[in-house]
Amino acid sequence: MNDMTPTREQRTAALEGLGCKRKRVEDIRFTQGKGNYVDDVKLPGMLHGDFVRSPHAHARVKSIDDSEALKVPGVLAVITAETLKTVNLAWMPTLAGDVQMVLADGKVLFQNQEVAFVVATDRYAADDGINKVKVEYEPLPPLIDPFKAMDADAPVLREDLAGKTTGAHGPRKHHNHIFEWTVGDKELTDAAFKKAEVTIKEMISYHRTHPSPLETCQCVCSFDKIKGELTIWGTFQAPHVIRTVVALIAKLPEQKIHVISPDIGGGFGNKVGAYPGYICAAVASIVTGKPVKWVEDRIENLTATSFARDYHMTTEIAATKQGKVTGLRVHVLADHGAFDACADPSKWPAGFFNIVTGSYDFPTAHLAVDGIYTNKAPGGVAYRCSFRVTEAAYCIERAMDILAQKLGMDPAELRLKNFIRPEQFPYHSALGWEYDSGDYGTAMRKAMETVKYAELRKEQEALRAAFKRGETREIMGIGVSFFTEIVGAGPSKNCDILGIAMFDSCEIRMHPTGAGIARMGTKSQGQGHETTWAQIIATEIGIPADNIMVEEGNTDTAPYGLGTYGSRSTPVAGAAIAMAARKIKAKAQMIAAYKLEVHEDDLEWDIDGFRVKGLPEKFMSMKDICWAAYNSVPPGMEPGLEAVSYYDPPNMTYPFGAYICVMTIDVDTGVYKVRRFYALDDCGTRINPMIIEGQVHGGLTEAFAIAMGQEIRYDAEGNVVTGSFMDFFMPTAVETPHWETDFTVTPSPHHPIGAKGVGESPNVGGVPAFSNAVNDAFSFLGSTHIQMPHDFWRNWQAAKNLGVFEAA
Amino acid sequence: MIPGPFSYHRPATVADAVKLLSTLGDEARPLAGGHSLVPMMKLRLATPEHLVDLHGVAGLKGIRRDGGKVVIGAMTTQHELLASDEIAKSIPILQETALLIADPQVRYRGTIGGNIANGDPGNDMPALMMTLGATYRLEGPQGGREVAAADFYQGAYFTAIEPGELVTAISIAVPPAGHGHAYEKLKRKVGDYATAAAAVILTMSGGKVATCTVGLTNLSETPLLADAAAKAVIGTSLDPATLKKAAAAAEAIMVPAADARGPVEYRKHVGGIMVMRALQRAAAKAA
Ligand SMILES: Cc1cc2nc3c(=O)[nH]c(=O)nc-3n(C[C@H](O)[C@H](O)[C@H](O)COP(=O)(O)OP(=O)(O)OC[C@H]3O[C@@H](n4cnc5c(N)ncnc54)[C@H](O)[C@@H]3O)c2cc1C
Repeated sequence: MNDMTPTREQRTAALEGLGCKRKRVEDIRFTQGKGNYVDDVKLPGMLHGDFVRSPHAHARVKSIDDSEALKVPGVLAVITAETLKTVNLAWMPTLAGDVQMVLADGKVLFQNQEVAFVVATDRYAADDGINKVKVEYEPLPPLIDPFKAMDADAPVLREDLAGKTTGAHGPRKHHNHIFEWTVGDKELTDAAFKKAEVTIKEMISYHRTHPSPLETCQCVCSFDKIKGELTIWGTFQAPHVIRTVVALIAKLPEQKIHVISPDIGGGFGNKVGAYPGYICAAVASIVTGKPVKWVEDRIENLTATSFARDYHMTTEIAATKQGKVTGLRVHVLADHGAFDACADPSKWPAGFFNIVTGSYDFPTAHLAVDGIYTNKAPGGVAYRCSFRVTEAAYCIERAMDILAQKLGMDPAELRLKNFIRPEQFPYHSALGWEYDSGDYGTAMRKAMETVKYAELRKEQEALRAAFKRGETREIMGIGVSFFTEIVGAGPSKNCDILGIAMFDSCEIRMHPTGAGIARMGTKSQGQGHETTWAQIIATEIGIPADNIMVEEGNTDTAPYGLGTYGSRSTPVAGAAIAMAARKIKAKAQMIAAYKLEVHEDDLEWDIDGFRVKGLPEKFMSMKDICWAAYNSVPPGMEPGLEAVSYYDPPNMTYPFGAYICVMTIDVDTGVYKVRRFYALDDCGTRINPMIIEGQVHGGLTEAFAIAMGQEIRYDAEGNVVTGSFMDFFMPTAVETPHWETDFTVTPSPHHPIGAKGVGESPNVGGVPAFSNAVNDAFSFLGSTHIQMPHDFWRNWQAAKNLGVFEAA
Repeated sequence: MIPGPFSYHRPATVADAVKLLSTLGDEARPLAGGHSLVPMMKLRLATPEHLVDLHGVAGLKGIRRDGGKVVIGAMTTQHELLASDEIAKSIPILQETALLIADPQVRYRGTIGGNIANGDPGNDMPALMMTLGATYRLEGPQGGREVAAADFYQGAYFTAIEPGELVTAISIAVPPAGHGHAYEKLKRKVGDYATAAAAVILTMSGGKVATCTVGLTNLSETPLLADAAAKAVIGTSLDPATLKKAAAAAEAIMVPAADARGPVEYRKHVGGIMVMRALQRAAAKAA
């Protein structure tokens, strides 16, 4: 071989495949302001729609007078529920099996609910029109506190459900009750508690917050009367699902609906569901024959489109004196707002909350979830987490700390003692999941060693003594969190949305020159799919990632898929990509065998092509095979080189991680400082370590925001008091702590490349780490649990409640 | 978040601006940096029919020394305050405070005139101006007049400005050499208004406080001068008991609103803490 022949390492590196810190290809356009978002879609004659919204949380709508609005220059139409009734669209089905008003029909059920849709020639005119629509309301008593929802005298919110004793998920116990969902063995669990040497019980709330992506929800709908076709550009995380939903509710033939998700500026669960804006823009386009754009503003996004969490979890653990857990009992009061518009797989009204046994070997557990209506915005989406998994992780991680405190044990020690052991995998949890793989002890110990955990505890002890002597006003907390995620929804045996199994898909077409295009049913919102998907293909078929174009988001060209959320893209579509690539490789092998004049079995794969076993100089590169696929395939074989795969995963994947947070709090002001945050993630095979790190940074920043202040708060009248970025905590680079990331690798045994999801892990594991740090800081003053969010004034309040200012 | 319709005017002189404002009446508003006014217009909390943009008006910008005073043109931006050597030398607390206002983008546009004329209790400059004993130069249809900052604020968004009047300049007597100063502001994040803030200017003599002024931001409908708190520290070396007394005296005049920053009790408590910290830091800086 001469010097010019690339080495095997060079050939591998040239592919930029699995494990390569490949730079994100999409960033070239994003960093130059050349992305193409929904609001960049500008069509000739396009109109703009905007909503009249309710100032009340609960009121009867007596009348709507649009006469003055219609006089505003540029205003063309005002659509109300009465208009929508003529096309049978005043209400729409939700993903959770409920129905939701598109526009207020007789009453309003939350502040900023959509009441009328004003269509005008530009956004200014639409807004002027809004201010001229006169709506007469008769206020009704609002129901804000979820704990009062099922009182006998609680106001009736959903008059449309009068007399309905059964909902989509079984019997309803009360006029404001949506469902009760139970899992696990009640008798066995009750028995474990009866026998228990030690028990703890705490009501652990996860407050209402919001995914608040930078780009709000928006769409452009364009109906072509001649062809009878509707094209929708929208910020959709799941474009195919939107197409099917539109076909079902608008009764349009599905082939005549074109859904396009262009670049998306963040989703985090906010863009999974269907919103009144989409329906109204579509109806307005059908009525006017013109394209209609609807773009939410920030206040509308925070107050009206899907919130997250609002879970109130009464949690009990039974254990031995030595700290071995023997039972878990959880009751959740789930506040779903005015309509049940959760975006969960259809049969899972509380998502995968039954992952609440966490990383621990609970012999028995029982869970009951009651979903209820209140006068708040609908939603309950998975804000950067798999369905209700953040809630579950927070619940168990907080409860384990409370148990450790009661036992007088170190919280990390207690976790180590109760971990599911490596030899127990695949592990069947008491609440019904089969954990695919894990090595928890190794991860936990690595985290503890890296941060020098024992020394931190000693430092904390000294600081506490100094505080008690009055020498400092600072307290220190060490927050430990060990989470197990459940991602990759999901196997058709237990996951569907509106009856469609939650598979995902990939189609790859190789071009003659050794390049190709790959399309998936997923949709990136910033995760970097264009980069990582090409890397999987690069390693599988030996074509440089740079030669593979990845395209998502157009339902006309992409194979059907269920979209991107719940960290499902890599576990499901990532597997489909590998499987489609393997089909390509199998055909390529036949072509190579024909060209090299050997039997297929005499070939072996070698990085970027096939080599004849034992004859190293007889080699055909994948690039050359692509060319051959278009001119000299074996007799009887069809030309071309392409493949489609629809992947129905056999199981979920179970990423995990160990996070440690060190924090100090000034008791006089409640101001906290995150001194250190260490995050170890195990997401199995690492496709692009740089993107993983970026995902972890982003998720931790969200977790930090949520735990330390990010909240959708209502006052007693049902007014949102945190409806803009002035009050809804969106940390800037200045507030955001420094993140230290680390990893272990435990590949998924059932995934074609061993990968698990990672995008959501940091949000799931981060929130309990922060909250545990705050709680740990205060624990020596006698507190067991302080509710989130831990913003400055609440920290001060906690200090005050613990008597810190009495002695002083 | 789309403003209502308005007409736009761009006068070239103070006289023209005053004339426009007085003839257009109540529905006209001066526009400076727009970083308080435009957000309110987007929320339609303000719906002026006419905006009189002051950016074309000659002579409203700049910082100059005038004997024992520094005179600052109303249209001088926060950024220009931060970039000024004169301010750094003679009134450093002005830079400390300006740096705590929002972020660079806001400071490039936002003006000192807009900040003090706005009348928002959350603005940081008004309490500082009171603490520094500043006076504002107003020009109106009836001619010019000077109003002390301490007499300017009457309620939330209510000031001594009469219809048709403009603030053209702010003049501040340079504090004595060796003075100590501090602006302590508690906020939730960059870009947030104060949960509570305190401005302190003091002089020390023989280890004891000789003179002292204390101003408070966002702890009432208007900025406040905490005279009793200032008096409580005169002649002391700011021992813990004195600091507590000063904080208590300041808290006694605070009437903050409960909002997402916290309940009234918290805002008063941290108001007191800000006073103590500002006093200590100012004393440490004093010569
Ligand atoms: C995100 C954000 C955060 C902020 N945080 C802070 C903060 O922490 N602290 C703080 O102090 N400020 C803060 N501000 C406000 C900022 O400092 C504004 O720039 C300032 O309050 C107003 O100055 P302006 O030049 O932008 O005035 P404008 O917004 O143009 O005007 C404000 C008001 O004053 C009137 N006005 C303006 N100039 C004159 C004049 N010469 N004579 C008479 N009336 C006049 C206007 O008619 C209007 O009513 C923040 C702003 C933003 C957007």
